[in-house]
Amino acid sequence: MTTQAASAQAATIRARPSTGLWRDAWGRLRKNRLAIVGLVLVIALIFVGIFGPYLAPYPYSQQDLKAVLAGGHGPLPPGSPGHILGTDQLGRDLLSRLLDGARISVSVAFVVQIVIIVIGVPIGALAGWFGGRTDNFLMRFTDIIYAFPDLLFIILLSVAFRETVFGQALDGLLLVFVAIGITSWVTVARLVRGQMLALKETEFVEAARAIGVSDRKIVTRHLLPNGMGPIIVAITLGIPAAILAEATLAYIGIGVQPPRASWGSLIAEGQKFIRSEPHLVTFPAIAIALALIGFTFLGDGLRDALDPKLKGKQ
Amino acid sequence: MAADDTMTEPDAPSIVEVSPDDARRTQTPTEPRAGSDRKAEKLLTVRNLSTHFFTPDGVVQAVDDVSFELGYGETLGLVGESGCGKSVTALSIARLVPNPPGRIVAGEVIFDGIDVLKMNDDEMRHLRGKEIGFIFQDPLTSLNPTLTIGYQIAESIRQHMGLSSAAARDRVAELLGKVGIPRAKDRLNDYPHQFSGGMRQRVMIAIALACDPKLILADEPTTALDVTIQAQILELIERLSDEFHTAVLMITHDLGIAAGMCDRVNVMYAGRIVETAVVDELFERPRMPYSWGLLDSLPRLDDVRGDRLRTIEGLPPLLIQPPDACRFEPRCRFARDICREDEPELTKRGDSHYARCWATEPDGWIP
Amino acid sequence: MINYLARRILWIIPVLFAVSIITFFLMHAVPGGPWDAEKRLPANVQARLNAQYGLDKPLYEQYIQWAGKFVTGDLGPSYRSRDRTVNDIVGDGIGTTIHLGLMAFALSVVVGIPLGIFAALGHNRWPDYLSTSVSIIGIATPSFVLAILLIVIFSITLGWFPTGGWKGPQYWVLPTVALAGFPIAVIARYTRASMLEVTRKDYIRTAQSKGIGGRDVVSRHMIRNALIPVVTILGPTLAFLVTGSFIIETIFSVPGIGRFYISAISTRDYSLLMAMTLIYAFAVAFLNVVVDVLYAYIDPRIRYS
Repeated sequence: MTTQAASAQAATIRARPSTGLWRDAWGRLRKNRLAIVGLVLVIALIFVGIFGPYLAPYPYSQQDLKAVLAGGHGPLPPGSPGHILGTDQLGRDLLSRLLDGARISVSVAFVVQIVIIVIGVPIGALAGWFGGRTDNFLMRFTDIIYAFPDLLFIILLSVAFRETVFGQALDGLLLVFVAIGITSWVTVARLVRGQMLALKETEFVEAARAIGVSDRKIVTRHLLPNGMGPIIVAITLGIPAAILAEATLAYIGIGVQPPRASWGSLIAEGQKFIRSEPHLVTFPAIAIALALIGFTFLGDGLRDALDPKLKGKQ
Repeated sequence: MAADDTMTEPDAPSIVEVSPDDARRTQTPTEPRAGSDRKAEKLLTVRNLSTHFFTPDGVVQAVDDVSFELGYGETLGLVGESGCGKSVTALSIARLVPNPPGRIVAGEVIFDGIDVLKMNDDEMRHLRGKEIGFIFQDPLTSLNPTLTIGYQIAESIRQHMGLSSAAARDRVAELLGKVGIPRAKDRLNDYPHQFSGGMRQRVMIAIALACDPKLILADEPTTALDVTIQAQILELIERLSDEFHTAVLMITHDLGIAAGMCDRVNVMYAGRIVETAVVDELFERPRMPYSWGLLDSLPRLDDVRGDRLRTIEGLPPLLIQPPDACRFEPRCRFARDICREDEPELTKRGDSHYARCWATEPDGWIP
Repeated sequence: MINYLARRILWIIPVLFAVSIITFFLMHAVPGGPWDAEKRLPANVQARLNAQYGLDKPLYEQYIQWAGKFVTGDLGPSYRSRDRTVNDIVGDGIGTTIHLGLMAFALSVVVGIPLGIFAALGHNRWPDYLSTSVSIIGIATPSFVLAILLIVIFSITLGWFPTGGWKGPQYWVLPTVALAGFPIAVIARYTRASMLEVTRKDYIRTAQSKGIGGRDVVSRHMIRNALIPVVTILGPTLAFLVTGSFIIETIFSVPGIGRFYISAISTRDYSLLMAMTLIYAFAVAFLNVVVDVLYAYIDPRIRYS
C-alpha cells in the first residue's frame, strides 16, 4: 500500500478501532442506566459508611430523654426539633443510628468478601490448577461446607463464640464477618476452580510454560487477571447476601451487640411501635432496600459489561 | 461437480483450461421447474435493496443499493469477505433481519412475481419454509438442542403441508434418506448433539428442502465444517437442487466453492456488488481489482512451498457514513485520484458481465 | 443414570456425618448447659441430671452415644420437657414445616417463572417494567421486613388474615407469601435473563425461517431452553426456603420445627439442635439431588454416567 493510500484511508474511511476488555466493559457499563443507579447507590453507601460518624448529628447511643419525656414518653416522630428522622423510645436520634448502621453494613459487605476471597480463591485455584486428588479432596470438602444450612450454622457459630475475646471484638462484628464468610466462600471457590480449569489448557499458558515461567507466576500473573471477570461479578452479587444475613442475624438479636445500631436490630427494636411510629421500621427498611438494590444492580451491570460474548456485537 | 484436477484453476487474468463439465455451464440454465408453476420470468429480482442497522454508534449501511436477479433453478453465488453484507442480503430477502437494530430501508424484492417487502406477516410466514428454505452456517447452534431432529424437520412439513403426523414422519424419513443419513427411521428421535457436524448440516438441508421450496438461501453452509466434509455437503446441495429444480443463492467467501457450484457469481464488497458475471467469465476475465485479489489469494497447486500466502492488505471499511468514493480504494494497488473522488458505477464489461471500477472501464488505465 | 443417582444419594451420608461432628463439637463449645435457663438448680441436682443424661462423659464418647442412637432413629431426649423425646417434638412439627416450604416453593415457581417470561416477551415495554419492579421489591426486602409489612397491612389494618398460628387455610397465606417473596424475585429475574438470551440464539432464527409463527416459536422453542438455566438456581432457592423458614415460623408462630431453633440454641437443647441441623442439611442435600435429576430430564444433552 502506498503512503498516499494509507493517509487516504485514515482521512476518508475509518478503520475499526480496537479496545481492550476493560475499556470495552467500562463503556458498556456507562450506558446501562440501572447499573449507574447501582453504582451511585454503592458509592453513596460507602461514603456514608466511612464518614458516617462524622456526619451524624449525635453519637448513636446518646439519649435525649428530656425531649422524649416532653413529647409524651414515646419515640419522637420525624421532623421533631433537632431530630430530622425522629428518635426511638430512648431518645436516640434515628438518623445517627442509621448512619452507624450504614457503617456496619459497609464493613459487613467488604470484610465478608475479603474473608471469602482469602479462603475461596486459594482453594479454588489449587483445586483447579493441580486437579486430580487435590481437586477431589478439596471439592469434597466444599461439598460438606455447602451442605450446612448457612443461616443456622452462622447462628450456631455466633452464639458459640459470643463470650470469647474473638466474639467481643468490634462489638461482635468480627465474629459475624467470619461466620458469614465461612459459610459463603464455596461459590467463589468453585468459580475460581472453573476458570482455572478452563484457562489451564489454553495456548498462552503453554507458551508461558515453554519459555520457562514458573507455575506460581503463571497462575498469578496470567490466569487470575484473565479469569477475574466472573469472579468480580460473583463477589459483587454476593454482597447483598452478606448484608441480608447480617440484618437477619441482628433482627433475631445475634451478632452486633447493643447499643450499636445495625439496621436489622433497629427494625427489631422498632417493630413494637410500628402502628404509632412506623418511621422506626420504615427508615431502616428503606436503608436496607437501597443497599441491596445498589449492589444487585451494580453486580448485574458488571456481569453484562464483562460478558465476553457481547464484545463486538452491535 | 468434479472435486478433482479438472477443476478450473483460478488465475487472473490469463487463459484458463475449462473442463467439459464446466463448459456446460457458460450459459444460465433456463430449465423450467417441474410442473411449470412459474409466475414470472425470473424467480427472484432484487432491486436497489438497502438494509441498514441503527446502532448507538451510528447507522451501519450493511447492504447498499444491491440489485441482482436469480432465475428458476439457477445457482447464484454471492462472494465476499466477512462483513461485506452478503449474509444480510440473504436475510433481507426472507425478511429475517433482526429488528431492532436492522431494517430494510429501500428497494424491492420480487419473489415469484410477488413483492416480498409489501407482504403482511401471515403471507411472509407462508413464504418462509414453503417457498424459501434456509441453510445456516453453524449447524450446531442453528438446531434446537432440546428437540429431536425428527420434530424439527417435521415442523415445517406440518405447518405448510398439513400432513398427518404419520405421513409427516414418513416424509421426514424419506428426506433424511435423501440427504444421506443412514438408518433414517431409527434416528428420527435423536437429538442434534448426537450427530456429527456434517450430519447436522445434512439435517439442516433436510429442513430447508422439507416443503420443496423454489429457492434455497445457503449462508456459508460449509464454513463451520471439516474440509473433508465440505465437499460432500456441497455435492449434496448441488445434486438435490438439480433434482428438485431448486434455485440456490450460495453465499460464501470461498471462490473455489463458487467456481464449482455456481452458474453465476456476484462479488460483494462493503455492502455493494462490485462485479457480476457468469462463473467462467469471472474466472477468465475478472475486471475488478478486488476480484483479482480474491482469485490471487487462493492457494494454487503450483505454489512454491515456503512462499508467503498472498493476501489483500488492509481491512474492509466500517460502513457508517461511507464516503462517495470507491470503497476498495485504500487497499487497491491501482488506485488513482478519481477513485478517491467519485464512486464508480456498475458498468458493462462483456456479455452480462458488469464491474464497478474506474481502472477497468473502457477508457480506464488497465486494459 | 441410576448409578449416578445412587452415588449422589450415598454421598449424602458421609457429608451428614461430617456435618454432625462439626455441629456437635461446636454446640458443646457454647458455654453453659441445658439447665441454665431454668430456675437456679442447686449444683448437686445439676450434677445428677448431667450424669443421667450422660453429659458428664468425655465429648467423643457422648458423640458416639448420640450417633449410635441417631442411626437407629432415636433422636434423643428433649431437654426442655422431660416427658417428650425429640422424636415427638420433630414428629409434631415437621409436617407443618414441610407444608409451608412446599407451598412457598410452589408459589415461587408458579409466580416467578411466568413473571420472568412475561417480562422477556414484553422487553422494554410495560410488562418488563412491571415485572422488574416486582423483582426489585422482592430482592430488596428481607423476609422479616416483608413479614412485618404483611402483618401490618393485611392483618392488623385490613384484618383479612390472622397474625399467627396454623389453624386453617387463611393462616397459610401470609407466611407463605413472606417466605416466597425473595425466591419469586430471583426466579423471575433469572427466567427473564434466560429468555432474553434464548431470543438471540441461532435456532430461533432457524425456526422463524421455517415460517413458524411467533407464539409457537415461544412455546415450542424458547421456553424449554430458557428454563434449563433456571433449574440450576432451584437448588439454592430450595436451600433458602429450608433455612429461611425458621424465621417466618418464628414471626408467625407457625407450629413447625423451625421456631425451636433459636430457643434450642439458647437453652442448649443438644439433641434437638443436632436433630434439626441434620434434618435441614439432609433436606438441602436431597433437594439438590432432585434438582440435578430434573436438570438431566429437561436437557437431553446431559446424561450422567
